[in-house]
Amino acid sequence: MLGELILKTIIIVVVVNTVLAFGGFLTWVERKQSAVMQDRIGANRASILGLRLWGLFHILSDGIKMFAKEEFIPRTDHRKLFLVAPFIAWFFALMGFAVIPFSNTLHVAGYELSLQIANPQIGILFAFAMMGMTIYGLVLGGWASNNNYALLGAMRGAAQMISYEIALAAAVVGPLIVYHTLNMQEIVLWQAKLWGGWLPLWGIVVQPLAFFLFITAGAAGTKRVPFDLPEGESEIIGFNLEYSSMRFGAFMFTDFVEKILVSCLAVTVFLGGWQVPFLTENGFVFRGETLLALSPLVIWLIQPAAFFLKVCVVIYVLMLVRWTLPRFRYDQLMHLGWKIMLPLAFANIVITGFVLLVLKA
Amino acid sequence: MGNITVKKIDTSRPMTFLERIYIWEILRGLWITNRHFVVNMFFHILNLFGIKTKRKGAVTIQYPEEHRGWHRRLRTRHYLARREDDSPRCVGCMMCETVCPANCIYIVAHDHPDPNVEKQADKFTIDMGKCVYCGFCVEVCPEDAIRMDSGHLEICSYTREDMIYHIDRLLEQHHDPSDYKNHEEWMEEYP
Repeated sequence: MLGELILKTIIIVVVVNTVLAFGGFLTWVERKQSAVMQDRIGANRASILGLRLWGLFHILSDGIKMFAKEEFIPRTDHRKLFLVAPFIAWFFALMGFAVIPFSNTLHVAGYELSLQIANPQIGILFAFAMMGMTIYGLVLGGWASNNNYALLGAMRGAAQMISYEIALAAAVVGPLIVYHTLNMQEIVLWQAKLWGGWLPLWGIVVQPLAFFLFITAGAAGTKRVPFDLPEGESEIIGFNLEYSSMRFGAFMFTDFVEKILVSCLAVTVFLGGWQVPFLTENGFVFRGETLLALSPLVIWLIQPAAFFLKVCVVIYVLMLVRWTLPRFRYDQLMHLGWKIMLPLAFANIVITGFVLLVLKA
Repeated sequence: MGNITVKKIDTSRPMTFLERIYIWEILRGLWITNRHFVVNMFFHILNLFGIKTKRKGAVTIQYPEEHRGWHRRLRTRHYLARREDDSPRCVGCMMCETVCPANCIYIVAHDHPDPNVEKQADKFTIDMGKCVYCGFCVEVCPEDAIRMDSGHLEICSYTREDMIYHIDRLLEQHHDPSDYKNHEEWMEEYP
């Protein structure tokens, strides 16, 4: 009992710190990737003892800047809500990681060693619930700011995020029908199958339309450009209008954490999670022949690395979209969400059910 | 009260089917940005490993360390030229002070011992914070004493007092051609 408690605590600390560090790293990635895409160099001036490391220290200097700035709190009736709102969003974004399986289960000395904080049967519903809760931070922030523009931004944000949350959930129902489970670990285990002996039967192969819808709705649900209306950088009608200093930083950081969460969900449901193609419990096996035998511990270490790599690819694509497409107008946004993506998601559910019924017969 | 008629001119062509469903166009856009990323990253990595390529990964000129050079006609910070015998060319005629549209030049002069020379300047002060770099002072100077080809353009200081250049600072500057590019070189690099 105590051993399990300590083990879980260690895993929680590792996961949370990895996510936060990766979120900080992403601020640098976002800057640099956009710069390289636009034939620029990007921020590279921050240095420690003349060491620049391609601007990696800008993460540090940004953090110091955020802390050092004056914190302005507007005169409002909801001072406590105003103070706590960014951290509500932050907390729920981090909570979503509790059910993400980063690796397979390894049985060592009576313990089940798995880089997954909790493995409830309703895993994916929990992740969606936590993602949905981040809206509260946004709306509370906008409401407590005592500013009409902030309220307007929060309202737009709430409308957008709820609209796309529905499309997001509907998109993921198709794969769930195929997997026949809500348990995240079982979803990943299902995707170990090979189709015709060579094609990994990942979610993206089984449900390509659902993957596309999921990525789009995920970008919208996390307020990414081209769906960044809640923030609205150019017209400054954002829910975080009145925030300054580290509370603004917390909102901004939540965005990055949410982006990692959506990428993790996309990887788990559609890209095979920690699965590496042809890597079984005994090593790399292709068509019944063992090409490379590996010990279980090595395999257990490869799996999180594969997961990380897949998350990086998804984030690269999300950032590519962010620096390519201009922002949607509000009516276009609602049109896309309610009239195109939601019907497509429902059609996907019906077709999936029908095909499964035919295959069963 | 007649009706206002507006002639409508529609030069746009109707969108094709692929353009209307938008997804194909998104993919095309993503392809372009992705190509930029991959190509630029390729050259960045080559340069990182010390392989010199003619094409750089970025078009950025990292300004304080490198700059693109100045056109030979660019007006830069003023300086007061000297004669062959090292005495200031300025004869304190007040022409530049009079013509200056920004009123940034202030001169105090007294008689020069040499009767052939009109006067000489005791004080010759230019407030660089006020100067608009119009070059009128150079145009108007009868002795070619004040010049604006020092090649120094990065004028900055922490106080307003430091922006005021007195005669000693103005006299110690020379024409520094190192940052100036000749016209042919310029046109070659930035056509």
